[in-house]
Amino acid sequence: MDTFIQQLLNGLVLGSLYSLIALGYTMVYGILNLINFAHGDVLMIGTLTALSTILLLQSMFPEAPGWLLLLAGLATAIPTCIIVSLVIERVAYRPLRNAPRLAPLITAIGVSIVLQTVAMLIWGRNYLVFPQLLPAAPLEVGGAIVTVTKVVVVALSAIIMIGLMLLVNRTKLGRAMRATAENPRVAGLMGVNPDSVIMITFAIGAALAAVAGVMIATTYSVAHFYMGFIPGLKAFTAAVLGGIGNVPGAMVGGILLGVIEALGAGYIGEFTGGVFGSNYQDVFAFIVLCAVLIFRPSGLLGERVAERA
Amino acid sequence: MSAFFPQLRNNKKAAWLATFAVAAVLVALPFVVGLTGNAGVRALAFAALYVMLALGLNIVVGFAGLLDLGYVAFYAVGAYMYALLASPHLASNFPIIAQTFPNGLHASVWLVVPLGATLAAFFGVILGAPVLKLRGDYLAIVTLGFGEIIRIFINNLNAPINFTNGPQGITLIDPVKIAGIDFGRPQHFFGLPVPSVYMYYFLFVLLAVIAIVVCLRLQDSRLGRAWMAIREDDIAAKAMGINIRNVKLLAFSLGATFGGVSGAMFAAFQGFVSPESFSLVESIIILAMVVLGGIGHIPGVVLGAVLLSLFPEILRHTVVPVQNQLFGHVIVDAEVLRMLLYGLAMVVIMLYRPKGLWPAPEHGIAPHSDGKADVVKPQVA
Repeated sequence: MDTFIQQLLNGLVLGSLYSLIALGYTMVYGILNLINFAHGDVLMIGTLTALSTILLLQSMFPEAPGWLLLLAGLATAIPTCIIVSLVIERVAYRPLRNAPRLAPLITAIGVSIVLQTVAMLIWGRNYLVFPQLLPAAPLEVGGAIVTVTKVVVVALSAIIMIGLMLLVNRTKLGRAMRATAENPRVAGLMGVNPDSVIMITFAIGAALAAVAGVMIATTYSVAHFYMGFIPGLKAFTAAVLGGIGNVPGAMVGGILLGVIEALGAGYIGEFTGGVFGSNYQDVFAFIVLCAVLIFRPSGLLGERVAERA
Repeated sequence: MSAFFPQLRNNKKAAWLATFAVAAVLVALPFVVGLTGNAGVRALAFAALYVMLALGLNIVVGFAGLLDLGYVAFYAVGAYMYALLASPHLASNFPIIAQTFPNGLHASVWLVVPLGATLAAFFGVILGAPVLKLRGDYLAIVTLGFGEIIRIFINNLNAPINFTNGPQGITLIDPVKIAGIDFGRPQHFFGLPVPSVYMYYFLFVLLAVIAIVVCLRLQDSRLGRAWMAIREDDIAAKAMGINIRNVKLLAFSLGATFGGVSGAMFAAFQGFVSPESFSLVESIIILAMVVLGGIGHIPGVVLGAVLLSLFPEILRHTVVPVQNQLFGHVIVDAEVLRMLLYGLAMVVIMLYRPKGLWPAPEHGIAPHSDGKADVVKPQVA
């Protein structure tokens, strides 16, 4: 039972991170029908920027409290991610908005490679230690062990997601976003500027990715140039699981995927008599993805989408 | 030849001449390049291997319009198939096999290559079947996930049963032996010493030529036309009586077959395989070859594969010395620079030359000199 609660909590932490990233995918997809392949790498750039900031500040003010450093890291990561993301949108996606579907996907892959190599040039190819900024003392909750970092991750994600729901459903900007997602041309006729809505969407996605990236780095205490790939892929799976293009779907999908993965990794050894170990954790996400696409391609909360290549 | 140079289509004599010229160049090339050492010939052999891989991926991506980001999985399947059946690895880990084959498994190429190809094709169908109905971009992600799954399995299948030897990879793989000729040793033909690398070069070029011919024939076959029809508009294609499911599955499995054969050849050539050779980057490089050369256009794909596979060699010989001269030390390593340029090239080509460096004439049908549409009849390239 202890394992169960422990893995459930781990899954919740993992899941909230996936949700944050998945929101970036799903919002962009909702409006442009484009898989922003470089999303994970935007996250990576943000995290490494935050890491550099934190290390710099730490050397300047060794006395500074950890949470303040973390905030400073976030405060640099978010604008960096937004700028990178807007540049990508302007350079690689906007000129191809009316091109065949494969074209922007291929530029996205290209951008992703470019970001990774640039990061490799700036930060090197080694794993970098992300400093432990929040108190590491474990807390016990119902027989399971949690750290402050994990609590912060879940709480912060919850706040952000509630904020985002309010933004999308209650504000004028949110209405413009939903209208553009429905039909950009008609939205344009109604006085919405689709270009600026798309830019704002990319910016919000990038900001969420920055937060998620810094959180991932604090949780696992490492950062490196390739760190965006696997979370990006998982988050995309989460977005598909929840129904791509659907904001609450991405949240539900992320949490669900995190829990499935954590429980799967926790129990696979037991179920298969030790044949498969927790090193197969990454396989679960893909199995879930395939299963969802076969049985319910529109996702758990998604509307039916036309099946066209 | 006329598939590469449409000008030659109406001139049979010139076409044959061009074919002979190209053949002569291909035969002479290693002996010229080889003057500077075997590394150059090795690069050429790899270029031929990549031509095969790129042509295989081109069937899926170029002809059928299905974006496959996990192509390297089939390459891995072929390579591991060869590695397992033609190395002491299995015999040293499984007593049963050691009893049956006391000298270890040393299966013949004639057995392993078809097996590898079949297995890869089977994996192609397995991958294709569930994702057939998906839209292009979902397909990309699923295939990407598939490629990663295969790699994760290869990486971890060393415990509890040591099947793939995990991250260490499999060593001591037999070289290719055809008709008593051992490709692993230098041979003598007509009194001429031919090193092992040269032999592989000729073998790979031969296979690449076969691959080109197969692709050319496929392209103009009923099946090839069906692929192009579903690529352009699958609903219209369905209305024309094309069985979309079967046609797409055939694209996947045929593409995978090319990957499987190339993988087996790769394993034999290297004598060593490890999961590291089959990462996502490799899939993306092969995709870059197809995209940069000209999606769906065989000469373009061949050009892309040759250019991109020789490019790192050229970079290695220019970038490092130039940087040493300019700055006194290496700032940007050739490998990093290569990826950076690949990435940039993918973006720039898509933006400014979306059909690649050597684009296909519309729908593979070129106007005849007499103005009528051509029923393409390619001569053997």
